[in-house]
Amino acid sequence: MFNKISKKLLLAPIAAAVMAFFPVAHAEDTIKVGVLHSLSGTMAISETTLKDTMLMLIDEQNKKGGLLGKKLEAVVVDPASNWPLFAEKARELLTKDKVSAIFGCWTSVSRKSVLPVIEELNGILFYPVQYEGEESSKNVFYTGAAPNQQAIPAVDYLMNDLGVKRWVLAGTDYVYPRTTNKILEAYLKSKKVAKKDIMINYTPFGHSDWQSIVADIKKFGSAGKKTAVVSTINGDANVPFYKELGNQGISAENIPVIAFSVGEEELSGIDTKPLVGHLAAWNYFMSVDTTKNAAFIKEWHDFIKNPKRVTNDPMEAHYIGFNMWVKAVEKAGTTDPDAVQKAIIGVEYPNLTGGMSKMLPNHHISKPVLIGEIQDDGQFVTVWQTNKLVDGDAWSDYLPESKPIIADWTPPINCGNYNTKTKKCSGQNY
Amino acid sequence: MTLFNPTRCQALLALLMLVFSLAAHSDPQPAPQPWLDALDTLKQGSMPEREKAIMQLADIKDAHNLAILQALLDSKLFITKTDARLVIGTDNHQGFDLSDAVSGASLGAVGHDALTKINLTNKMRGTLRKIIGELELSADDPKVRLAAVKAMAKEADEKAISLLRERAGQEQDEAVREAIKVALLLQDMDSEDKAVRIMAIEGLKAYDSQEAANRLNAMLEKDENGEYSEPDADVRNLAKASLTNINNRLQLYGSIETIFFGLSLGAVLVLSAIGLAITFGVMGVINMAHGELMMLGAYTTYVIQQLMPNYLGVSVIIAIPAAFVISALAGIAIERGIIRFLYGRPLETLLATFGVSLILQQSVRSIFSPLNRSVATPEWMSGSWQINDFLSLTWNRFYILVFCLLVFVLLLQILKRTSLGLEVRAVAQNRKMAKAMGIPTARVDAMTFGLGSGIAGVAGVALSQITNVGPNLGQAYIVDSFMVVVFGGVGNLLGTLVAGFSLGIANKFLEPFAGAVLAKILVLVFIILFIQKRPRGLFPQKGRAADS
Repeated sequence: MFNKISKKLLLAPIAAAVMAFFPVAHAEDTIKVGVLHSLSGTMAISETTLKDTMLMLIDEQNKKGGLLGKKLEAVVVDPASNWPLFAEKARELLTKDKVSAIFGCWTSVSRKSVLPVIEELNGILFYPVQYEGEESSKNVFYTGAAPNQQAIPAVDYLMNDLGVKRWVLAGTDYVYPRTTNKILEAYLKSKKVAKKDIMINYTPFGHSDWQSIVADIKKFGSAGKKTAVVSTINGDANVPFYKELGNQGISAENIPVIAFSVGEEELSGIDTKPLVGHLAAWNYFMSVDTTKNAAFIKEWHDFIKNPKRVTNDPMEAHYIGFNMWVKAVEKAGTTDPDAVQKAIIGVEYPNLTGGMSKMLPNHHISKPVLIGEIQDDGQFVTVWQTNKLVDGDAWSDYLPESKPIIADWTPPINCGNYNTKTKKCSGQNY
Repeated sequence: MTLFNPTRCQALLALLMLVFSLAAHSDPQPAPQPWLDALDTLKQGSMPEREKAIMQLADIKDAHNLAILQALLDSKLFITKTDARLVIGTDNHQGFDLSDAVSGASLGAVGHDALTKINLTNKMRGTLRKIIGELELSADDPKVRLAAVKAMAKEADEKAISLLRERAGQEQDEAVREAIKVALLLQDMDSEDKAVRIMAIEGLKAYDSQEAANRLNAMLEKDENGEYSEPDADVRNLAKASLTNINNRLQLYGSIETIFFGLSLGAVLVLSAIGLAITFGVMGVINMAHGELMMLGAYTTYVIQQLMPNYLGVSVIIAIPAAFVISALAGIAIERGIIRFLYGRPLETLLATFGVSLILQQSVRSIFSPLNRSVATPEWMSGSWQINDFLSLTWNRFYILVFCLLVFVLLLQILKRTSLGLEVRAVAQNRKMAKAMGIPTARVDAMTFGLGSGIAGVAGVALSQITNVGPNLGQAYIVDSFMVVVFGGVGNLLGTLVAGFSLGIANKFLEPFAGAVLAKILVLVFIILFIQKRPRGLFPQKGRAADS
């Protein structure tokens, strides 16, 4: 340890001297940022956009003069939608490329695969996608929505504003929908919704024959009570699902569907006519009318050189996460993970929808919740939004097993899963 | 809200025309201030204000007003970006043909970017539908009237009910009269008078109305205090009897629906497997690129739709032969280029065609991007055939079922009646003997493979209507296709048909009990067990050919 520091101390003046003589920054003098998003395979559809977003943000920061007087350098790797490869590539980024922070992952399973590596090597990961919660690692910063920043407000909206009495929880069969639906079911029951008024349904990835399920939903919804579908259906399966809804005559006016995984990017590849009026809950919509957002969209179009490309929620999450990291590094005066982890808590950065997001002690951020209706141009019209930002909650209060657990990475607790009843930090690191 | 004064309106219109300096003459249209104000609010207002504006417009009875409301509902009402004028735009694919919303005068065409659409929420759409229903209740077209009655019945308030009662006396059309009757009977079920309620239940017994079933159910339910929501025992008994009656019918319709779902799932399976039944079944080639040949067919549909955006309905029909030709050519190229060197070496064929499938996928990714492409469904294929409240069959599935049977019959005829068919069968039965008889086996191989691939392409056209058109389209169907062919008996087309339909129906009957994931697993387990018992499938080939 001492050796390392003394080496660094020795090197610093030399580096400065070299910099003075050579105006072009040498590779050694850059701060490396890892970008860990799939560029091939099934997830490439969504993740390629995030890679481009990161390149744009880094490019922009360099134009502003870099960070701590150094240029930022992106190290892009391709984990190819292969979960074990995510862990390997993360290890490569941290040990070989020695990146200061990693921005990456989309699916929960890829994050879970990276987690042990990033904790072992004490790296920093910014995770930009809405997820099921029930996790808080010392080394991960969750800039996407936790369930209480997306699912719970969405259900509240349906219940209070649309008067929904019967609920269909439909999802793809994997960890995010299962956990989210478990939380939602507990939440609905706490709101006195009877068991017979909740229908839960899981389908395989890429499911395309929705006839009987949609017919069931129709039957379930025609019992005289207002019914809504809360959809955690992922990816490709959405198109045939919405098509079948349209064909069987279910419109958003009689049974609205609220989706947590359908954003502008997903809508750009499909015929949106049958979807008009259905809902989605996010923390950002491209249609939000703020000057910050307009500037961001313009910058994105200029960078990607295609004025038809859309922006979406995970892009905003990276925007916030990256800028918070920049602020934290400036505050700490170093990119050392421990210092940055300490410095970033409490850092504030304006989000694109007009609020000021803040990094919380549980490594989640505060965000507004927006509910939008799909329009036929593939954009959303905001029909409801929280009047202030909602703090991300790592451990859901609606599941009995995680109710007493909190995450707080500030002293004296310094723990990702601290049980407030037993006053103990669980043995796990997250 | 005041109604129009025609003379004042004419004067106003004249003024309006002066202001807009429109040269063309038009019919005298009423344009009173409240109307213009409401339109103005619609244009500028926030969502709640827009809602208010719609309510204001509701009270104005006028054909022109109706046109604006209808345009608003169909998302054809825009604001021009340059001079903030309210216009109705009709999409002509290059841009919009505009007409002024207030005066109705034509304003020529503009590009897509020149306009801002007036957005609506679900609530506003519902209100609009009801308002339009009320305004259209006396329309000339009975179909319009029927839609109007249905829209009003959905959210029946006192005003709607009194309008419907009024209409019931003068309605001439049978279907509309029935619809009004059901709506009014449903309303009568809430009556204070026991006799009226009994009459209503008796009257509704004959109708297949979901709403009636719900109301009857509600009558028999107990509230928190253990009291029936229907206080009278006689009415309750009648309701119970009536409900049993309806439920019996419901069950029957339910079974019909499940069988239809099974058949349509089966049709998709048969369509995707039938090409494989030829290449794998007849020729014995394990073609892992079969799914990608379907994908080529789906992309052909997409390209044709892009080439003729104004004729969506026809483009799907044209895509069928086009997809056949393209996939067949691709198939022949694969056969001539790779497979013919590998006959009799199944493992190598499998690996080589798997490689081909990856190449095809990646080339589609490079040409069309990895994102899914959107293929629009033509008007005549969307929606459903509403037989009654309980039973409706979706058109796209219905057409695919018919299409599947057509393709099957056609293929059977080709194999039975044409000389190519004769040669194919001869080569399949005994290659050497066929060669000895002077049949050019190499050419027949290529043609057979082309035929099988072409049919895969045609299946792709059908798939483009029900699922995503993307690079992964083929992968999703390849396993199912092999399953159907093996289950049906290799080398037997009829077996493929029977296997496809029975797997489809079995799947759909299992799904309600087991869920989609488990149903699929159960079907797979069943096939594994079945193949253990009968390795040659449902309809094994008999005779000497089967032994070789």
